[in-house]
Amino acid sequence: MDQLLNDFSPGLFFMQAVILLILILLMRAFAWKPILEALQTREDGIQNALDAAEKAKLEMQNLNADNERLLKEARLERETMLKEARDIKSKMIDDAKLEAQSQADIMIEQAQAAIKGEKKAALAELKNQVAGLSLEIAEKVLRTELSNNDKQLQLVEKMLSEKSLN
Amino acid sequence: MVAKKSIKYLVVLVLSLTSVLGFASVSDPVQGAEAGDPVDTAEEINSYIKHHLKDAHDFHLYTDNKTGKHYGFSLPVIVWTSKGLKTFMSSAFHHDDSGSVIVNKDDVKLVKIHSKIYELDKGANVVNFDETHHAKNAHAVLDFSITKSVFGMLVTGLLMILLFGLLARGYKKGNVIPKGFSRVLEPLVIYVRDEIARPNIGEKKYKKFMSFLLTVFFFIWILNMLGLTPFGFNVTGQIAVTACLAIFTVVIYMFSGTKDFWAHTLWMPGVPYVLRPVLALVELVGFVIIKPFSLLIRLFANITAGHFVVMSLIALMITLKASFGPVVSTGMSLILSLFIMVIEILVAFLQAFIFTMLSSLFIGMAVEEHDHAH
Repeated sequence: MDQLLNDFSPGLFFMQAVILLILILLMRAFAWKPILEALQTREDGIQNALDAAEKAKLEMQNLNADNERLLKEARLERETMLKEARDIKSKMIDDAKLEAQSQADIMIEQAQAAIKGEKKAALAELKNQVAGLSLEIAEKVLRTELSNNDKQLQLVEKMLSEKSLN
Repeated sequence: MVAKKSIKYLVVLVLSLTSVLGFASVSDPVQGAEAGDPVDTAEEINSYIKHHLKDAHDFHLYTDNKTGKHYGFSLPVIVWTSKGLKTFMSSAFHHDDSGSVIVNKDDVKLVKIHSKIYELDKGANVVNFDETHHAKNAHAVLDFSITKSVFGMLVTGLLMILLFGLLARGYKKGNVIPKGFSRVLEPLVIYVRDEIARPNIGEKKYKKFMSFLLTVFFFIWILNMLGLTPFGFNVTGQIAVTACLAIFTVVIYMFSGTKDFWAHTLWMPGVPYVLRPVLALVELVGFVIIKPFSLLIRLFANITAGHFVVMSLIALMITLKASFGPVVSTGMSLILSLFIMVIEILVAFLQAFIFTMLSSLFIGMAVEEHDHAH
């Protein structure tokens, strides 16, 4: 202890105090203050960047979810549209078929009616022609038959016999 | 570019402060380094180590034992004597440390004994010693010399201003990430802030004390490391230096103590009234004497002991030569001192860390807010 006290130099103590005080003040002004401020700014910057990244990530996630949803909706819509189209198509085909059928039926009917009319007309004409021909034939036959008296008498006879038969 | 310029300024400043010269020794019984007599006995080594542990008035680098010539440079002596301030270069003592060289400066007779400067009493022409080797007819003077320790502190201070100034300038230029050596310093600054100041003082108040803590941390650390170089600084092993550092801490935490702190120190709530003055006394003694004392003794003792051990182990080379031969003793000394040197490098950091850590802990105690009711 005595040795320690003897070694204690008040002058050195004083010099040290002055040097340390000046050093603290100088370092504060020229080093610590700018350094600590710069560090603080940098750390704040990093924190902000991290926060922003986190936010962006969240937004990205939201966006992705949105996209997914939209895609799903689009797919669904496409499906329904396709389905509708398919329905419409088959309906149109069915309709067309029905229409065609009825049209064909009508046409067939008309044709049949026309054919029937023609047939009737043809039959009538045939009848007329047959009647005319018969008349002509009958006339010619009569003419020949009646060209002499015998034959006329024979005919009357025959006719009378036929009459009596009836 | 800037760094080179700053180093030039540093060199010029150092040269202007000191005058480089080799000076012949007249007689130097303390170091036992007379011409042709190397430091080779146990007593000589012991006194050499003791001499080294003390502060010195000149910067001694090397002594040529054959010629007895010392190499190094002298430093300015500034003393407050009975006749006012006297300044001269330490070369005036001719490297004498025993009080035999008397420097007469305007009728003030000054001598240097064991690294301390004494003024001879009126009428005395020679120093008389009593049986315990204390000067009888001389008294110590206030010594503001640029001693080796002060020189070391100035170098450290300039080094710090240079290095950290560079780091600060790097940021000012807009570089977010420092370059070169600054890249090593930045994590250290962050370490002091995040591991020492913040947890001990608290997030709200630590900023105010950062300048002190950072300065003290790097100041002690660099000085400790300087002490491990062959230049032989022993600044943090000077009790005046550690005392000054400790007193700075005390002054800071005493003046920044909150109302809560004083209330708890002087009139502790929650204990019987009779005990309160006793507790106040205990607390005050703790804060004013014990805490700074532990700070200053820890640093001083660690560094002094480290220097002592390293020098003793190096001296093994000489002291064991007689019994083991030169090769074994040199090898042993080399291995042991290398081992201790590595530990000392750790201790250099550790002591700086502990001093700063405890300072911030004490400051933290003083500025703590007790928001809970007692």
